[in-house]
Amino acid sequence: MISKRIIPCLDVRDGRVVKGVRFGDLKDVSSPAELAAFYSDCGADELVFYDITASAENRSLFTECLIETASKVFIPLTVGGGINSLEDFDRVLKCGADKVSVNSCAVRNPGLIDEAARLYGSQCVVLSADVKRVNGSYHVFVRGGREDTGLDALSWIKEGIDRGAGEIVLNSMDTDGVKQGFDLPLLSAVCAFSTVPVIASGGAGCAQDFVTLFSECPKVDAGLAASIFHFGEVTISEVKQLMKNNGIPVREVV
Amino acid sequence: MIAIVDYGVGNLFSLLCSFKYIGYDAEVTGDPDRVLSADKIVLPGVGAFGDAADKLHKNGLDKAVCGAASKGIPLLGICLGMQLLFDWGEEFGLHKGLGLIPGRVVSMRPVVPIGLKLPQIGWNGLHFVAAHPLFKYVRGGDQVYFVHSFHAADCEENLLATTEYGGIITAAVGKANVMGCQFHPEKSGKVGLKILKAFAETEDWPC
Repeated sequence: MISKRIIPCLDVRDGRVVKGVRFGDLKDVSSPAELAAFYSDCGADELVFYDITASAENRSLFTECLIETASKVFIPLTVGGGINSLEDFDRVLKCGADKVSVNSCAVRNPGLIDEAARLYGSQCVVLSADVKRVNGSYHVFVRGGREDTGLDALSWIKEGIDRGAGEIVLNSMDTDGVKQGFDLPLLSAVCAFSTVPVIASGGAGCAQDFVTLFSECPKVDAGLAASIFHFGEVTISEVKQLMKNNGIPVREVV
Repeated sequence: MIAIVDYGVGNLFSLLCSFKYIGYDAEVTGDPDRVLSADKIVLPGVGAFGDAADKLHKNGLDKAVCGAASKGIPLLGICLGMQLLFDWGEEFGLHKGLGLIPGRVVSMRPVVPIGLKLPQIGWNGLHFVAAHPLFKYVRGGDQVYFVHSFHAADCEENLLATTEYGGIITAAVGKANVMGCQFHPEKSGKVGLKILKAFAETEDWPC
């Protein structure tokens, strides 16, 4: 049986991990490759690197750290942030990324999903959507959650799948940062129609939140989190152990 | 030298790095002569069967790979590269494969119940059907990373491992010096590296 995946997400600016990461023997690790190796050893099933480099000049620092990571860490790597064109897909795929996630640029230019899926295959194209409730319906936000596009999130995700997106990262802005659990109603709404894997993001505060996620929304394929793992509040092995105890299929750390 | 066949598809960087990481010399090449003179060959691939078979043919790499295999050079196909080892592929029409292992590549849908997503994306366990040097360092139940909607059928004679995804799915095959993994060993963490190590170091393959 296929395992439910646990995916840590790393924000990278100018080639370094943002936010001091503190746990155990690893103090304030800012090397993406080192942190990626650590997470891989702890049982992460996949890694997401999010490039929040503001200037185009420093973009090469990100690709350097991607190359360093891909040469040491042998689990799937997804890259998001700073992806606006097929050239950007090509740039990160050549450096060892397996999947590329698109967000704001796909809203501006939905055709990029079709083109990338045709060129690299759907398995390579991840549609990431930042979603927030506005007047009782789900809206898609862009530019890091600063701008309401007014687009209905459910129809936008459907369109993304039709255009060739091979996975969906569903980030709930309503639960993000609150640490009270994932946005189960939103996830259920998307899982009701999605024909591709859905990755839940936003709201994980403890290991039990992952158990609740996969028990309440059995069609969700993976859970993504950042800060709770970075700050050592919860370890990936604790999450997996609790999932296993609750009969949820996981990949055991060897 | 291990030749990683470059015909314009797939993440070759990770594969190259995997072999380097475990201490083996590998080279990405699209040159048929380099393929023919390699100690071992890896045929990678992602994408659609027909398109990949065309690209392989266009560069003369299909002849090189088959020639090398007939000389007894160990050949490992990965994902679509494994599928190309078979006689036929039924993805978007009927396409001829390399014919190195009898069987055909078909949609998983008849085996996978509606309601389960295709492609299968993620980590799944291996169930071994036959002992094989490629898997000498891994155990039944060890998980590896899959991304695919098609799999090999009518290949019972050369079946090495399966996985369960709503039904029984072909995970690995082997016939003498030619073998293939449907999953990505280069993306399967420590388990995957052990499989690549076994491929790199083994000299005697079953007849």
